Amino acid sequence: MGIFSAGFLNYLLALGTMSGIYAVLCLGLNLQWGFAGLFNAGIAAFFAIGAYTAAILTTPESPNYLGGFGLPIVLAWPIAMILAGAVAWAIGRICLRLKGDYLAMATIGIAEVIRLVIKNEEWLTAGTRGIPNIARPFEALTAPWNAVAFLALVIALVVVIYWAAERAWASPWGRALRAIRDSDVAAAAIGKDVTQFRVEAFVLGAMVMALAGALSAHYFKFLGTSATEPMMVTFLVWVMLIVGGSGNNRGAILGAALIWVIWSATELLTNRLPGEWITRTSYIRVLLIGLILQVVLQRFAKGLVPERPPRLIDDKVQSR
Amino acid sequence: VTALSDFINLYLLPGLVVGCIYALGAIGISLLFGILRFAHFAHGDMMTLGAYLAVIFTASLGWSPYAALPIAAIGTAIVALGLDRAFYQPFRRAPGIVTVIASFGVMLMLRSAIQLIWGVDVKTYDIGIRFPMELGLLKIAPRQVTIVLATAALVVALHLFLSRTRLGKAMRAVSDDPDLARVSGIDVEQVVRWTWIIGAGLAAAGGVFIGIQTKVHPSMGWDLLLPLFAAAVLGGIGRPYGAVAGGLAIGLTQELATYPWLSDDPFIAPGYKPAVAFSVMVIMLIWRPTGLFRGRVF
Repeated sequence: MGIFSAGFLNYLLALGTMSGIYAVLCLGLNLQWGFAGLFNAGIAAFFAIGAYTAAILTTPESPNYLGGFGLPIVLAWPIAMILAGAVAWAIGRICLRLKGDYLAMATIGIAEVIRLVIKNEEWLTAGTRGIPNIARPFEALTAPWNAVAFLALVIALVVVIYWAAERAWASPWGRALRAIRDSDVAAAAIGKDVTQFRVEAFVLGAMVMALAGALSAHYFKFLGTSATEPMMVTFLVWVMLIVGGSGNNRGAILGAALIWVIWSATELLTNRLPGEWITRTSYIRVLLIGLILQVVLQRFAKGLVPERPPRLIDDKVQSR
Repeated sequence: VTALSDFINLYLLPGLVVGCIYALGAIGISLLFGILRFAHFAHGDMMTLGAYLAVIFTASLGWSPYAALPIAAIGTAIVALGLDRAFYQPFRRAPGIVTVIASFGVMLMLRSAIQLIWGVDVKTYDIGIRFPMELGLLKIAPRQVTIVLATAALVVALHLFLSRTRLGKAMRAVSDDPDLARVSGIDVEQVVRWTWIIGAGLAAAGGVFIGIQTKVHPSMGWDLLLPLFAAAVLGGIGRPYGAVAGGLAIGLTQELATYPWLSDDPFIAPGYKPAVAFSVMVIMLIWRPTGLFRGRVF
C-alpha cells in the first residue's frame, strides 16, 4: 500500500468533499452568527429541508415516498433553498424581535419538528427506510474523475458563496448587521430596522445551509434520518465556526476543513481498536470535540482567524 | 361511562404525571434564566444524569428508586456546581448568548459521558409489578400517586424556601434586578450556587420520576428539552410558579392532543407530542412572550 494507491486517493477526495460541504454549512452559520449574532441551534432543520427537497424533486418515481418529479438539479437545488428560506423567515419573524435565547429555543424546536416529520411521514420521506438512488452529478465519468469532478463542483460552490459573503461583509448591509450585532439599541437609534436586517441574515444563512443539505444528499446518493442528527449536523458546525473564527469567512472555511480532518482522522484511528472499544471511543471523541469548543470559547474566543472589520471606504468611492 | 374512564385513565392522569415531571425540569430552566440570564440547554441532560445516578443504587444495591432519589439529587447538584465553575462562570460578564453556546457544548459532553459510563442500553428501576388501585372510574397506579404527591411536596418546599428564607428572598431579588441586588449587599455568587443546587436537584428528581414511570436512556434529556423550554416560556421566564403551571399545562396538552376528539383516530398522532409543545411555545412567543404569569422578556 503506497501513498498514491487508489484507496488513499479516494479517501483524500472524500475528505475534501466532506470538508467542502461542511464549509458551505459553516459559511451559512457565519452569515447568521458571525454577521448578525443570531444563535441557531437547529442547523439540522435547514440542512434536512434542503437534503429532502432535493432528493424528492430529483429521484425517479417510487411507491415508498413522494417522488417522481424528475427535476434537474439546477431547478431542484434553488427550490430546496427557497423552501428552507421560507421556514427560516417564519421562525425569524416570530422570534427575532425577542432576545437571542428565544431564537435558540425556537430553532431547536423547529429542528425537532422537522425530525419528527421526516421520521413519521413515510409517504413523503420514506421514514427510516431512507431515499436511495439519488443521482450524483458527473457519476457517468470513469473513476476517479467522477469524484474529482464532484469535488470541483463543491469547491466552486464554496468559492462562489465565499465571494458573495465577502462582498456582503463589506457592503452597507453587512456593516449594518455588524452594528446591530454589537449594539442593537445603537443601530436602532440611527434608524436601522433591526428585526428586518436580522431576518434577512437568518433567511440567507438558512438557504446556504439548505444548499449544503442538497449537496450532501447527492454526494451520498442515499438520504436517511441521519440528516437530522443534531450531533453531526448542528453541533459539529458550531465547533467548526467557533474554532475557525466567527465573523471571518476564511475562518469558517478553515475551521470546517480542520475540524472535519480531526474528526475523520480520529475515526480512522479508533476503528483499529478492538470491537467493544470502537463504540466507547466514539463517545470519547464527542467529549473531546465538546472540550475543544469550551477551551476555544474561553481562551481563544476569536478563533484561528479573527474577525476583521471591513475596510473603510476610500475617498475615490466616497466622492462618487 | 367507559369512554369517560378511558379519557381519565389513559389521557388525563398520564398527562398530569408527565406534567409534574416537566414542571420539575422547567422550574430549574426558569430560575436559571431569571438569575443567570441564559437558556440552559444542558438541563434535560441533567435530568438524565439524575436518573442514571439513581440507577447505580437500584441496580447494585437493590435500593428503591425513591430511596436513591435524594442521593441522585445531591450528586446532580454537585456535578452542576462543577459544570458551572468550569464552563459557565467564565462567561458571567459576557453576552448571555455565549453562555448558551457553552451550555450547548455541555449538553453534548454530558450525554456522551453518560453513554461512555452507562452504555446506550435502556435501563429500568426494578420496582416490580404493582397493580393499579381502582376507585370508581379511576384506575391509578401507585407510582402515579407518589409522583404527583412528591412533586407537590417539592413545590411546596420550594415555595417556603423562596418566600420564608433570607436566601430565597435574595434569589428573587437577584432575579428582579441583579445590579440593585448586588449594591444592596446580596452575595450574588452564593445565590447563583443555590440556584444550581435547587435547579439540578429538582431536575434529578424529575429524571428519577421518568425512570419510575417508564425507563432510563441516554437521549431522554434531549427529548425533554423542547417541552421544558415550552413550559418555561408558557409560565413566564423567571417565574418558578409559572414554570410549575406551564409544565402541567404542556404535559396535559401533549397527552390530551392525542385523544380521539373528532374521529376514532387520535387527534394528533402520538409521535408528534413534542410538536404540540413547540406549537404552544410559538403561540406564546407571538401572542404573549411574557408568559401567563407575566415573566420577563429579555
